[in-house]
Amino acid sequence: MDDSRHWPLYEVFVRARGGLDHKHVGSLHAADERMAVEHARDLYTRRQEGVSIWVVPSKAITASDPGETESLFEPARDKIYRHPTFYDIPDEVKTL
Amino acid sequence: MYTQELDVRGADSTPAADPGVLEQHFLARVDAEQKIEPKEWMPARYRSMLIRQISQHAHSEIVGMLPEGNWITRAPTLRRKAILIAKVQDEAGHGAYLYSAAETLGVSRDELIDQLLSGKAKYSSIFNYPTTTWADVGAIGWLVDGAAIMNQIPLCRCSYGPYARAMVRICREESFHQRQGFDLMLHLARGTAEQKAMAQDALNRWWWPALMMFGPPDASSTHSGESQRWKIKRISNDELRQKFVDFTVPQANFLGLTLPDPLLRWNETRQRHEFGPIDWNEFEQVLKGNGPCNAERLAARRAAHAAGAWVRDAASAYAEKQRLRAARQAA
Repeated sequence: MDDSRHWPLYEVFVRARGGLDHKHVGSLHAADERMAVEHARDLYTRRQEGVSIWVVPSKAITASDPGETESLFEPARDKIYRHPTFYDIPDEVKTL
Repeated sequence: MYTQELDVRGADSTPAADPGVLEQHFLARVDAEQKIEPKEWMPARYRSMLIRQISQHAHSEIVGMLPEGNWITRAPTLRRKAILIAKVQDEAGHGAYLYSAAETLGVSRDELIDQLLSGKAKYSSIFNYPTTTWADVGAIGWLVDGAAIMNQIPLCRCSYGPYARAMVRICREESFHQRQGFDLMLHLARGTAEQKAMAQDALNRWWWPALMMFGPPDASSTHSGESQRWKIKRISNDELRQKFVDFTVPQANFLGLTLPDPLLRWNETRQRHEFGPIDWNEFEQVLKGNGPCNAERLAARRAAHAAGAWVRDAASAYAEKQRLRAARQAA
């Protein structure tokens, strides 16, 4: 029996440079968290793509439902007053 | 790559909508150049077509390590050896990105690997040709990876998000593969008469199989219609093949090598090259498993998988031991 079957899936996040957010780059299978980090290093940073790696068991992520995209995100569409460009400021007024 | 394992809140409670409406919505999104993501509704045919294409692509990357891997121990210099190791490692990486993308469609990694090892799955016919000389490593990089890039660049814009994202990463890396191959050919072509003859011989053997990589002619391509409708495939086989020939002819001229096609010539009116007929019977035979190395490739892949089993078992046992130890300490 090959024990590597059913190795859990991990999502991989990489910080490209100091000061940037970690960004999702892909996923991989590993026996445990440590192996996941080592494999992520070999798989996703062969060309200096990162300075830091996070791995998260895929099962631990809770996602919004694509079927609810409209009800979740549409309500923000008509609230244009949340953006600074909504407001006309007279030219004479500086540094605002 | 946002996977099937990922827990979508409320996904099971979504009421079954009218399939006709769902399909209309899906097509409208594809037409609007929006990306389809794993948890969204998609036609069953779209899903199965993608699983087939992405997994074949992944298998091709994995089997593709074998013809060149044969040359790692025999690379003529340390520099060339380091380059070849890096390239072969990239191919393993490409296989892994693509298996991940396929898994988002609901198929498991284990199933896909079983399909490859059992001989049920197909992979690119090109890897069933032998690599008999060092120049083959150059010809593969230049022509085979070159043809692969031509096929893959349009896939970066394919409608399925995880596949498109994997292709972006792969294309970035393939460019190194093609250039190192051309560089190798250039060194041989500018070397001794023997080295140049070796480069010419490799070109003679790889040219036609490379042209076959674009798949059957448009007139007889079975999957093209739906694939183009769903924006998985964006450019036809023949069109890509033509583009590849037009790109490659001047490169061969630069090398001072001759493409093995007496009918090859520039058509001034059509502003493109004409080339001789491709032996589709040979393509069919290789695809059916009767190529020069089909059995050898599969045997090598199976042997590698079996020989690595103890490593995977040890890693599983170690992970389990660590889990138990952590649990004991917490208790």
